[in-house]
Amino acid sequence: MEQYSEKVMDHFSNPRNVGTIENPDGVGHVGNPMCGDVMELQIKVKDNIIVDAKFRTFGCGAAIATSSMATELVIGKSIDDAQKITNKVVAEALDGLPPVKMHCSNLAEEALEAAIKDYHSKQKK
Amino acid sequence: MKTIYLDHAATTATDPQVIDAMLPYFHENFGNPSSIYSLSRSTRNAIENAREILANAIGANPKEIVFTSGGSESDNFAIKGIAQALKDKGNHIITSQIEHHAVLYTCKYLEKNGYNVTYLPVDNNGIVKLEKLEKAIRPDTILITIMHANNEIGSIQPIRQIGEIAKKHGTKFHTDAVQTFGHIPVNVNDLNVDLLSVSGHKFYGPKGIGALYIRKGTKLTPLIHGGDQERRRRASTENVPGIVGFGKAVELALGIMEDEAIRQTGMRDNFIQTLLEKIPDSQLNGHPVNRLPNNINISFEGIEGESILLNLDMYGIAASTGSACSSSSLEPSHVLLSIGLTHEFAHGSVRFSLGKHTSQGELDQVAEVLPGIIQKLRAMSPRYNK
Repeated sequence: MEQYSEKVMDHFSNPRNVGTIENPDGVGHVGNPMCGDVMELQIKVKDNIIVDAKFRTFGCGAAIATSSMATELVIGKSIDDAQKITNKVVAEALDGLPPVKMHCSNLAEEALEAAIKDYHSKQKK
Repeated sequence: MKTIYLDHAATTATDPQVIDAMLPYFHENFGNPSSIYSLSRSTRNAIENAREILANAIGANPKEIVFTSGGSESDNFAIKGIAQALKDKGNHIITSQIEHHAVLYTCKYLEKNGYNVTYLPVDNNGIVKLEKLEKAIRPDTILITIMHANNEIGSIQPIRQIGEIAKKHGTKFHTDAVQTFGHIPVNVNDLNVDLLSVSGHKFYGPKGIGALYIRKGTKLTPLIHGGDQERRRRASTENVPGIVGFGKAVELALGIMEDEAIRQTGMRDNFIQTLLEKIPDSQLNGHPVNRLPNNINISFEGIEGESILLNLDMYGIAASTGSACSSSSLEPSHVLLSIGLTHEFAHGSVRFSLGKHTSQGELDQVAEVLPGIIQKLRAMSPRYNK
């Protein structure tokens, strides 16, 4: 298999924002049926800005690294800007992923989408 | 950082004595073994010498040995060769669900070409059930192919009894002995086999060389057509350095086999016990007793194998996994699923395979760092909430 980039290994061995948030404003829990990976993303939102994000992931090196990078990318962004973060953006921020691992980055995009959706539905209540 | 290499089931480092034996056959004794001049006589003799070493090692006649490019070719040759040679007699083949891909995908290929294949299930320890095998045999069964020991979980099959059943029904029997030869006794008569595959790089020989034992009287259609090499059973100018290295590796392996099997079995059982005690929610995969002396395969609940391997690699520890994410297929190991593991446990498996240079100290180091790695990964896993 193609090797992981240094950035992937950095985020894998030192994942940022691992854990859970007390009273999160949005939660995304998604699974990748392809390989069984699971990711849980929680966000804290203040004045339409994501002020905190935490994740827990069951998965390979790529899945953990993309989870970690996704939290770094969304913190400080408005909900609208966060919505523009695709799996490609996350993978690029990690200096790329081996081709067979690209599907792992879908997990982060889907988790983010789900968390924002959850946030919106909670706002309506 | 010194590497702690615990992936000997994948491959081994070529022994320096093997390399020394091979070197003259690259440059000084380079003659084509098929040529008539004296330069070629020494290469011809070297091949026949290696053939004799292997034949003696497995209780065969040298004429029953064909050198190949490795285990995969030997498996392909045995299965496709019988399928083709006996196609007028029948088109049914019996194998197991936990074979190496070299056997499994060869059978799948034959299925696409009009053959019928029965894939026997195995029990939770990864052992083929003899009564199921006997029931699967039909009048048109032409071949049974079941591995000697499994490469992932180390379970050793009752090959001798399977061979007796095959004999009783007049069916040819092939075994892939790639993981066992050089590590535990392999004798073609004790095992009742007609065909047996071996590979050089699994016991400190070079890569790219293997052999197939073909019992006298077994009709086999060649895979590679061309010249008259290997008694017309496999064309291609012989890989002389490889064959010489293979012979030397067999000699060295047999010399230490008995002692090493005892030493590695002791370290293996100790290591398994230590890990299972130190790490909660972990389990051993494969047969607890009838297993390769060097094989340890453990599943850790709630985490994923590749993540464990990458963490081990940071400590210089090399191991392997049956996890989906390590493969391009994205499916967890067919072997682990066949022994009844849930996807959860199949994903979190790690295989450590010991070798002749593995020391107790190295295993102690792994046992020291692994619990922390497992704990760290579980802390960030939404699938582990204990």
